[in-house]
Amino acid sequence: MQLAVWTYEGPPHIGAMRVATAMRGVHYVLHAPQGDTYADLLFTMIERRAERPPVTYTTFQARDLGGDTAELFKASVRDAYERFRPEAMLVGASCTAELIQDDPGGLARTLGLPIPVVPLELPAYQRKENWGAAETFYQLVRAMAGPHALPPGMKRPPRASGRAPSCNLLGPTALGFRHRDDVAEVRGLLETMGIEVLIVAPLGATPADLARLGEADFNVVMYPEVAGQAAAWLKRSFGQPATTVVPIGLDATRRFVAEVAALAGVQAAAEETASRMAWYSRSVDSTYLTGKRVFIFGDATHAVAAAHVAQHELAFEVVGIGTYSREFAREIREAAKSYGVEPLISDDYLDVEQAIIALQPELVLGTQMERHIAKRLGIPCAVISAPVHVQDFPARHSPQMGAEGANVLFDTWVHPLMMGLEEHLLTMFREDFEFHDGAAPSHLGGKHAASELGIGGAPAAPPLPAPAAVTPHAAAGDPVSWGSDAERELRKIPFFVRGKARRNTERYAAERGIATITLETLYDAKAHFAR
Amino acid sequence: MSASPNGLPSDIGCITPPVLRERGQHEVFCGLTGIVWLHRKMPDAFFLVVGSRTCAHLLQSAAGVMIFAEPRFATAIIDERDLAGLADCNDELDRVVTRLIERRPDIRMLFLVGSCPSEVIKLDLSRAAQRLSRRFSPKVRVLNYSGSGIETTFTQGEDACLAALVGEMPKEPGTARSLLVVGALAEVVEDQLLRHFAALGVGPVRFLPGRSAAELPAIGPGTRYILAQPFLGDTARALEARGAIRIAAPFPLGAEGTTAWLRAAAETWGCGDDRIRAVTGPGEARARAACAGHRAKLDGKRIFFFPDSQLEIPLARFLARELGMTPIEVGTPYLHRAHMAEEIALLPEGVLLSEGQHVERQLDRCRAAMPDLTVCGLGLANPLEAEGMTTKWSIELVFTPIQGYDQAGDLAALFARPLDRRARLER
Repeated sequence: MQLAVWTYEGPPHIGAMRVATAMRGVHYVLHAPQGDTYADLLFTMIERRAERPPVTYTTFQARDLGGDTAELFKASVRDAYERFRPEAMLVGASCTAELIQDDPGGLARTLGLPIPVVPLELPAYQRKENWGAAETFYQLVRAMAGPHALPPGMKRPPRASGRAPSCNLLGPTALGFRHRDDVAEVRGLLETMGIEVLIVAPLGATPADLARLGEADFNVVMYPEVAGQAAAWLKRSFGQPATTVVPIGLDATRRFVAEVAALAGVQAAAEETASRMAWYSRSVDSTYLTGKRVFIFGDATHAVAAAHVAQHELAFEVVGIGTYSREFAREIREAAKSYGVEPLISDDYLDVEQAIIALQPELVLGTQMERHIAKRLGIPCAVISAPVHVQDFPARHSPQMGAEGANVLFDTWVHPLMMGLEEHLLTMFREDFEFHDGAAPSHLGGKHAASELGIGGAPAAPPLPAPAAVTPHAAAGDPVSWGSDAERELRKIPFFVRGKARRNTERYAAERGIATITLETLYDAKAHFAR
Repeated sequence: MSASPNGLPSDIGCITPPVLRERGQHEVFCGLTGIVWLHRKMPDAFFLVVGSRTCAHLLQSAAGVMIFAEPRFATAIIDERDLAGLADCNDELDRVVTRLIERRPDIRMLFLVGSCPSEVIKLDLSRAAQRLSRRFSPKVRVLNYSGSGIETTFTQGEDACLAALVGEMPKEPGTARSLLVVGALAEVVEDQLLRHFAALGVGPVRFLPGRSAAELPAIGPGTRYILAQPFLGDTARALEARGAIRIAAPFPLGAEGTTAWLRAAAETWGCGDDRIRAVTGPGEARARAACAGHRAKLDGKRIFFFPDSQLEIPLARFLARELGMTPIEVGTPYLHRAHMAEEIALLPEGVLLSEGQHVERQLDRCRAAMPDLTVCGLGLANPLEAEGMTTKWSIELVFTPIQGYDQAGDLAALFARPLDRRARLER
């Protein structure tokens, strides 16, 4: 047994629902007790879908457990077929029904429905949501495209001359983090290269579309967590190669374009991508981003991509990287090695919290959960991966992939730091006459005269507390004190480096056993840290 | 007592509306969801669900941002090793509970909450609770109840939890008379009700659940109890087994409901009619005044209830009689005939009551009826809005203080707002 409050992933049947809901013409009959319909509201509320997910629940109750749950299941399948007339059905069990062992696949087969019925085996006590999505997509692809597979040993015939190269986009689902906009972005990118996008699946595809997957020249694996297994099968069955680069970030997008160009046999677009991100990152305003210590956590694909962007495109320093998906631990270990940090593979948010506290990063890139951890610790944070809440299914176009995706990443990640800097400045200025607590906001026409509140122009300030997020040890009763000369001199230092100067000086003094910081100590420390 | 063809006793009121009983897909929460408000109510209690990843995911989805505030609930997720053998499962549970109690020394009562998986594998949580209670006594008491979907619907989780508490209530010495108000209420509502009872000379008044799980109210043959919530069938039975006697009343929703509810208790205490009128008059007038503004928006509008919390019938009564709405169908997950008798008697003629659910057929009826306002869960609300219907999502009615005079206007506003919004957006 595992004690859990927060779970990064739902059970595997939620993954199956994400595939069914993404598609059209598919209906999923889930053998499940009352209450499992809670999952519907993930789709109708978090993703704000305007239709109910295409899922029928058998809703068995305690009094059914005597024996007729199998009959109940069959009746539900029959009714769902009659009512919804899908092109294909998925049948399976949720965690409780797995225990009563009714065999949904076998029961559905006895009904002899005139459509393909795909049974799902989703071990709810071993596997989780992403695995469930990958398995469901794979089973559907196999069932629909299987009959069209090349005979064993036969090579894929070359593309007919005069036909444009084509590909499928694999992996986007319902409840996927920015899947909607990533599809638009990647489709646009491919079309500018003269590559036709044949099928996007599962998002928006029908079972008939899946049957045609083999017609494309190659596959674009957008999200390996969902599409990896299906793409591997398509490669075996149709000889279709698949992309390995996920185009999140400018560099990855460039490598993706090169990979796609090679697979399609076209010239890579010579023209540099239209992203503003590269210039924004080089503009002098971004200089202060240099070496910002960043901690990254999420699904492996987004975490690895984010780390590359952070380190190489924004010049941050990656101080930690991790994932909650054990299936993709290898990718995270490799990435961690390249940054010289410890990988964190865990689905326990308390482990993640501990790692963040230990590393004291200046920015956290993570999921909804890391957003809350960071908030509690007072660290700036941006969301890069599911699980996410309703605000991360935005109305505006906001992809993560491609050129526009890079713009979105720049804005999204730098924004909380800007906010962080603003907050920092306000703290620094807390004792200044314009920013003290009693001062009304300037746009409200300051009503309180400073003299009324007894605050003069040059406050005899007690030592300013350094922001806790930057120097956690400073709050723990540092014995070093400041002489009044040194304190006055410190206040002459420009505000934006004052905190750093204070911190460095105190550290210098503490290391040398200096109890009171004098003017001399201040400048000795400055000289020491200048080296 | 003679029974009518639909199974209802024929002597419960002037009108006996038909009851449609349905089976099929239930678009409802399971009883585990009750934990989300019960743990707020009892700050010294911790709720440990013994279940699957699905249970944890459900609690997470239902609790929203609350999950980030060190809530006093968690799930012991059963995994494949636990399924191998039951003895192992009990050892694992003991390990998890021991760790939990070490980590949270402030906890004085621990509920082991059964789920569908734990019920199906027949994990005996009552024996586990006894065993763990012995181990951690007297510091922590360990109780158990089931919030599984195979046995409970949404608010029935509170019923199961309170029924488990009844056995722990100390015995009232002698036959001293006291009033027990049963059902979790917001503190602001409790305080208002206490002021009314004091003015009516009713007392001592105690609440179940109180503000501490560890300090339970006493119970004995002098105890009269009154239900503040309609979903407490098992709790009522357990209270009666301890000698308490129920005061029958409609539920304290709206001006009329609150007065009738207070009156039922006051009359039991022998309070005279004049005094009752004097005490309830001002509150009732305030409640009617607060509703008046909303009546303009709701009067004559037709309303359809999907089943959710068992609050549907009292709400339909309030909306029909105090705001002029016309209920078409009132769905309830479970209809307790005796506890609902006073409410049903007050319902307008022509309303269809439905018990249980076949969600597709009910959606067909709803679309055919074309109501002005549909009360339903969050899984149905947006899809119905997209079809052009106006909806009020029902869960809010369980989390918002709606009982008593001074919440009547807020309650009416919950139903007026979606109609108001639609009108504004269409302008």
